[in-house]
Amino acid sequence: MNRRTRILVPALVLVALVAVAGCKKKQPPAPPPAATAPAATAPTAQITATPSSISAGDQVELSWKTTDASDISIEGLGTVPSTGVKTVTPTVSTTYHLIARGEGGTADATARVVVSAPPAVAVPTNTMSAEEEFKANVQDIFFDYDAYDIRSDAEGTLSHDASYLASHPNIKIVIGGYCDERGSSEYNLALGQNRADAAKNALVSAGVAASRIRVISYGKEKPFCTESTESCWQQNRRAGFSMDQ
Amino acid sequence: MKFHSRLLAPALFTFASLLSVPLMAQDWVRTGSNLGNERIRLAAADFKPTSADPQTPALKAVFDATLYSDLGNAGIFDLVSKSFAPQAMPGSPQEINLAQWSADPVNAAMVAFGSLSTANGRLLVYGWLFDTRNTANPQVLGKQYNEAATQDMARTVAHRFADEIIYRLGGGINGIAETKIYFISSRTGSKEIWAMDYDGENQHPVTHLGSISISPRVSPDNSRIAFASLGREGWAIRMYSLELGRMVSFPGGSTGGANQSPAWTADGNRIAFSSSRSGDPEIWIVDANGSNPHRITYFKGPDVSPTWNPKTNAQLAWVSGRTGLPQIYIMDQDGSNVHRMTDGGYAVSPSWSPNGQFLTFSWNRKYGPGAPGGQDIYVMDIASMRWLQLTHDAGSNDFPSWAPDGRHIVFQRQLGSQTDIWSMLADGTEQHQLTRSGNNSMPNWSWK
Repeated sequence: MNRRTRILVPALVLVALVAVAGCKKKQPPAPPPAATAPAATAPTAQITATPSSISAGDQVELSWKTTDASDISIEGLGTVPSTGVKTVTPTVSTTYHLIARGEGGTADATARVVVSAPPAVAVPTNTMSAEEEFKANVQDIFFDYDAYDIRSDAEGTLSHDASYLASHPNIKIVIGGYCDERGSSEYNLALGQNRADAAKNALVSAGVAASRIRVISYGKEKPFCTESTESCWQQNRRAGFSMDQ
Repeated sequence: MKFHSRLLAPALFTFASLLSVPLMAQDWVRTGSNLGNERIRLAAADFKPTSADPQTPALKAVFDATLYSDLGNAGIFDLVSKSFAPQAMPGSPQEINLAQWSADPVNAAMVAFGSLSTANGRLLVYGWLFDTRNTANPQVLGKQYNEAATQDMARTVAHRFADEIIYRLGGGINGIAETKIYFISSRTGSKEIWAMDYDGENQHPVTHLGSISISPRVSPDNSRIAFASLGREGWAIRMYSLELGRMVSFPGGSTGGANQSPAWTADGNRIAFSSSRSGDPEIWIVDANGSNPHRITYFKGPDVSPTWNPKTNAQLAWVSGRTGLPQIYIMDQDGSNVHRMTDGGYAVSPSWSPNGQFLTFSWNRKYGPGAPGGQDIYVMDIASMRWLQLTHDAGSNDFPSWAPDGRHIVFQRQLGSQTDIWSMLADGTEQHQLTRSGNNSMPNWSWK
């Protein structure tokens, strides 16, 4: 029994890991659902963005076409006519999501515009922006109440964070130290500094150069959530990682 | 023997604290904070208008209300209700009938009265303070003020006359009617430094930095405000000149990491603050021009919120998390003679009283995950370590700051999601809300 659980747990973890990893490669949404009432014709939707890769500040022409739809919208742009052309100036990589609803069902289509920083940095070959990839790979760590020592459940996260940073030596990071809403602002600012410094020291011990890391305590000045519940407090007691721009 | 004393000591302590703290506490605080136990019965007459100028009624209304409010706020008077005042409005020593003021129902030991007029854009005020029982030689005070005829100056003149009375009848301690309170307000969208009069009037922003600024501490000569502000490299101690109306450089305050919670010595020569430049938040001392920073604490864990003993400029109280939850400690300025003052809970934000005798601080004695209990303002007598709780069952209270008269404390109170500035007497009575717009926190009472 005991032995079986021992085998079972790693196996389950492996399955979970594969499942999580599988999630990252997000497939574009499935084509419009086929199952509709026989009476109405299913709507169709098409959208293109030209060009699909720009530098920040450049314009992109969106052009779309739908049929058999009464309610057409593009996420972030609101309701639009059934066919049209619109010029947009995205500042970050954006996926334009066209949704066409009609009596015969719903259809959607997407067009992605990859925006690179003005001094033409090489456009990443994958579909994820560097920021998104960073967020998916370098995860925050959490702390106990009024404590700043690295919890055992954070050690795995930190070593994963460190190995991602080791394989991306050009990324610089900011570690923010955060506290829950309870207690005093000045004391929490010092506690947040201790938390951020503890996370920095752990990364440095794992081989990340200290010169790549900037540390800022936010104390309770920039809460992630504001409910007075233990689950919110726990989310606020953290060292948060972000890319240093 | 050993067994006995172990049992006996806590028992005795419990017994003593039950007996002495709730019953006697009010008295030692009242005595030590110059509030006294006997209040002087004082009447403040409405001043007599002695000109037909159209400005007079409005300025007289401001003056009368401000004088009455200042004397009531002083904390040392049993102020006669205006409804008891005699019909006649005395405008000069010749016009006052002292018997009317010493008899029932007024029963005043002292009466303040005078006249107010405006002419050609000037405000002229004559004020007197008379001892009603010394009919042969009743004058205690006679003052004359000649200022621009504005609402601001009508308030200022009332503050000055009130402070003269308070100084004369309150044991030679200066009144606080002309002092300011600096605080943090988010009402413009970012946390900036604001200022107001001691009674909550005249609230206005001081800084416009657009960042997050906290912990304003005004210099003893009212010329500068030290505070902490968030920048790209973390928190820096920054300096705003009230004389120049702009930021001035403070080189020792920005090193990356968290530099915060500045505290002036009473002579204005040095500033203690918390800095993590060594890799851990410790207490540092720097000259007032930002040079010569040196470290005085050496314990792992947060060390923040220093406050100097203003009597000696040689001891500090501060907050340390070296044993877990934050506690109040005191030490000498070289870091020696460390004493822990609080015996548990969560104790933060000390402010040292002007006479050197007390600390006021914020304390949650039942702090812990899920534990009930409030964060309240306390006063502790440093020599005996006896304490008194000043706020009860009213929100979460923090950042108490002594007024220069030692009789008043200003603090922040959070009720729900709303935080405001309140003031009270140092025995916890007469709590008044001073701010009512936006979120307001971290008050600091000016030194004069």
